[in-house]
Amino acid sequence: MIGVIDYGAGNMQSVVNALEHIGAPHRVCRAPHDVQGVERLILPGVGHFGPAASHLERTGLRGAILDFAACARPMLGICLGLQLLFESSEESPGTPGLGLLPGAVVRLRTRPCPHMGWNRVRPLRPCALLREPTDFYFAHSFMALIREAEDLAAVAQQEDWEIAAVVQRGALHGVQFHPEKSSDAGLALLRSFAAC
Amino acid sequence: MLTRRIIPCLDIRDGRVVKGVGFANLRDIGDPVDLARRYAGDGADELCFLDVTASVQARPLLYDLIRRVSKVLFIPLTVGGGVRSAEDARQLLRCGADKIALNTAAVKEPALLTTLADEFGRQCVVLSIDTLRTNDGYRVTTHGGRTVLERECVAWAVEGVERGAGEILLNVINSDGARSGYDLDITGRVAARVDVPVIASGGAGSPEHFVRLFRETSASAALAASIFHDGAAEARSLKAVLAAQGVEVRS
Repeated sequence: MIGVIDYGAGNMQSVVNALEHIGAPHRVCRAPHDVQGVERLILPGVGHFGPAASHLERTGLRGAILDFAACARPMLGICLGLQLLFESSEESPGTPGLGLLPGAVVRLRTRPCPHMGWNRVRPLRPCALLREPTDFYFAHSFMALIREAEDLAAVAQQEDWEIAAVVQRGALHGVQFHPEKSSDAGLALLRSFAAC
Repeated sequence: MLTRRIIPCLDIRDGRVVKGVGFANLRDIGDPVDLARRYAGDGADELCFLDVTASVQARPLLYDLIRRVSKVLFIPLTVGGGVRSAEDARQLLRCGADKIALNTAAVKEPALLTTLADEFGRQCVVLSIDTLRTNDGYRVTTHGGRTVLERECVAWAVEGVERGAGEILLNVINSDGARSGYDLDITGRVAARVDVPVIASGGAGSPEHFVRLFRETSASAALAASIFHDGAAEARSLKAVLAAQGVEVRS
């Protein structure tokens, strides 16, 4: 059973549709007790860092996610969901993220901004979610700056910037792109997550 | 690097896909869900649904359609046409749209762009501009080209981005359905002035038109309808031509 965190403004339904399509059992999690008993957790993304982080705090989901991660069970943050894994974001100074990975989220300085469209994601090291260079769909204006290099599993190049595309530490994963909108390649990645 | 995108556009009227020339003489093309699946399978990078239904009463039909499409479509979907308020946009996003295109509503109430960008992020907000080439420059139009405003196209694109638009969909009415090629002049000028991606629209009739657009302007994406509806080309064959000409596309 995969839990999908619903925090209001996210594109939760697209993720649910993709999981339905690949036949992965799932449950939408709106409150902490919904997280109990799920084996994997997805934190989807779209929206603003600040309101999303505040919503998680207010609903008690923040604690539930941190408890889940502490048990080293597989978790996947998507887009804003990846950014929320870090400590803070320039998008909402003063609002703490989940702090599961060291680093901060900063505004993109590439053109065009938002970094929107299909970009090649290149693995830097072996990772359960991605084995070879693959095109995925991105739509974001902020990116994670990784403090510990080994957390960075794959990058996408735009102009002179390397954008953190996949982060991973143990069972904790984050993807800056949208697998649920990346056609067959994205569905394959979600299948890998459902099996990891 | 980001690849250039190919975006089939489906004009929707009363739950069916239609196509006209210069926004008139609509003819029936087929079922939106069937077509969406086919185009995605043919290698489209993204899809755009523009609702051209005149009546507000038909909105529930569109919501139902977006819900059904989003269950079988795993590439991004932009929905526009008749989005009048933040609540309309919210409803469409809840139904499964990834981005909302605003046209007449943004002209009437530019603050709407900011409201939506603040709530959903600017990557959800597309400013759709229908521009008309006239003797004194490119003018902004509303109501599907029926009302021509004083407002100048490039200035409106710049203002729209300042207010929160994360993408510009630029449709040149003179070229719409004419299959004589994209308007490289205005597309190039808008793309050079804004930092957000620009989607060119209006005029695609042959693969060469896409090649010229991407070689001669910095447009991020090309939107087209007839060329796909008539089976004259599909996204995959277009991309093969583009790749051979050195344009980066998703394989």
